[in-house]
Amino acid sequence: MAASLRELRGKIKSTQATKKITRAMELIAASRIIKAQQQAQAALPYARELTRAVSAVATFSNVDHPLTTEHPDPKRAAVVIITSDRGLAGSYSSALLKESERLVEKLHSEGKEVDLYVSGRKGIAYFTFRQRDLADSWSGYSDSPTYEAAREIAEAILAAFLAGDESHEESDVEPAEDNERTPVDEVHVVFTRFRSMLVQEPDVIRLLPLEVVEGVADDDDQLPQDGDILPLYEFEPSAAEVLDALLPRYVTSRIFAALLQAAASELAARQRAMKSATDNAEDLIQKYTRIANQARQAGITQEISEIVGGANALADANAGSE
Amino acid sequence: MSDALLHVELVAADRVVWSGEATMVIARTSEGDLGVLPGHESMLAVLVEGVVEVRADGGEVWVAAVDAGFLSVADDRVSILSEQAEMSHEIDLERARHDLERAQSEGEDDDEALEAVRRAEARVRAVERAG
Repeated sequence: MAASLRELRGKIKSTQATKKITRAMELIAASRIIKAQQQAQAALPYARELTRAVSAVATFSNVDHPLTTEHPDPKRAAVVIITSDRGLAGSYSSALLKESERLVEKLHSEGKEVDLYVSGRKGIAYFTFRQRDLADSWSGYSDSPTYEAAREIAEAILAAFLAGDESHEESDVEPAEDNERTPVDEVHVVFTRFRSMLVQEPDVIRLLPLEVVEGVADDDDQLPQDGDILPLYEFEPSAAEVLDALLPRYVTSRIFAALLQAAASELAARQRAMKSATDNAEDLIQKYTRIANQARQAGITQEISEIVGGANALADANAGSE
Repeated sequence: MSDALLHVELVAADRVVWSGEATMVIARTSEGDLGVLPGHESMLAVLVEGVVEVRADGGEVWVAAVDAGFLSVADDRVSILSEQAEMSHEIDLERARHDLERAQSEGEDDDEALEAVRRAEARVRAVERAG
């Protein structure tokens, strides 16, 4: 037996300690996930009503808005990547970052420059380690995002998006890093969609320019019910002004929804990762215990055979001398 | 429109603040106060920070302080959307007054300060109106 009994006992102890930690994390994630899902549920009515309103304005007025206008020749794209603040969630972060890299690659191949906007410490660490510039980053809320956080992100990307548009002098909101940056022509969001407790997958949506058609956002479970006929609306004060106020909020609400989905996904991924870590720890403990028992038994057997051997030798010697 | 009731939903970004049947809704739009009665034509209005008053079916009056947002009316369904909304009974009057004083002392020079003042004012007024 290679390892001594004492070494094995040490291994069992440390594995047991690890198991306690992973078990605790699993339980914490499991309890938080319910809250995260409730939060996502609670945010739905707002998103649904906003979507309805946006569809209504888009359907009944032909107002052009910078946020909905397709750029003829997009040169620069912003990618908002929503990652987690902490690891220990299995492949959650790596899957998401892989998807982001794929998107960045694709945008590059289309001849666009890419600005990275990253939410969550894991993503920030990933990109700074590779010495890639971040246009902006936020962190500190990934498992229970607030609306404020969504608003900050939305303000930053709206500022970047509208920076090229003369009618919107909001560029003072923009993070003052390098001012000669050309405006962003499109905005993509990469986040992890929460399909179920077992399935979470990275997903990409193009946030801006908004594609406002009737029944938009079908990808976000925010679809107004089918057969929901939009009535003819009167706008107060005017369709253009309503749209002006509506669209930025719509963007914020989409980001908020993405943050909430990401939070639920992160917790689910962590719960799963920690469950399998706990299971693995249990397996290890069992394996080590078996080896330890075997080693102990082997030790005893050896001792017995040594004693027996010694006794026999003594008996033989005595018999010979008589 | 058949029966004279509005179905009102007051929705904040992260929750439904209040929903129920009402006979009248008063809200402050960017053009001034607006009252909605059953049978109102479909409309979308921009709300400014202020007080929303809902006369509920049972006769009670609910007052809420809201941030800038929207009011949409369609088929006697009224939705009030605001990033933040608080019912009057959820507001701590002392704190609201305190916030208002602080906001006012900081001046009303730029848009943001003005917004803060209006928001604080709305909260205080919401409580006073309800009381």
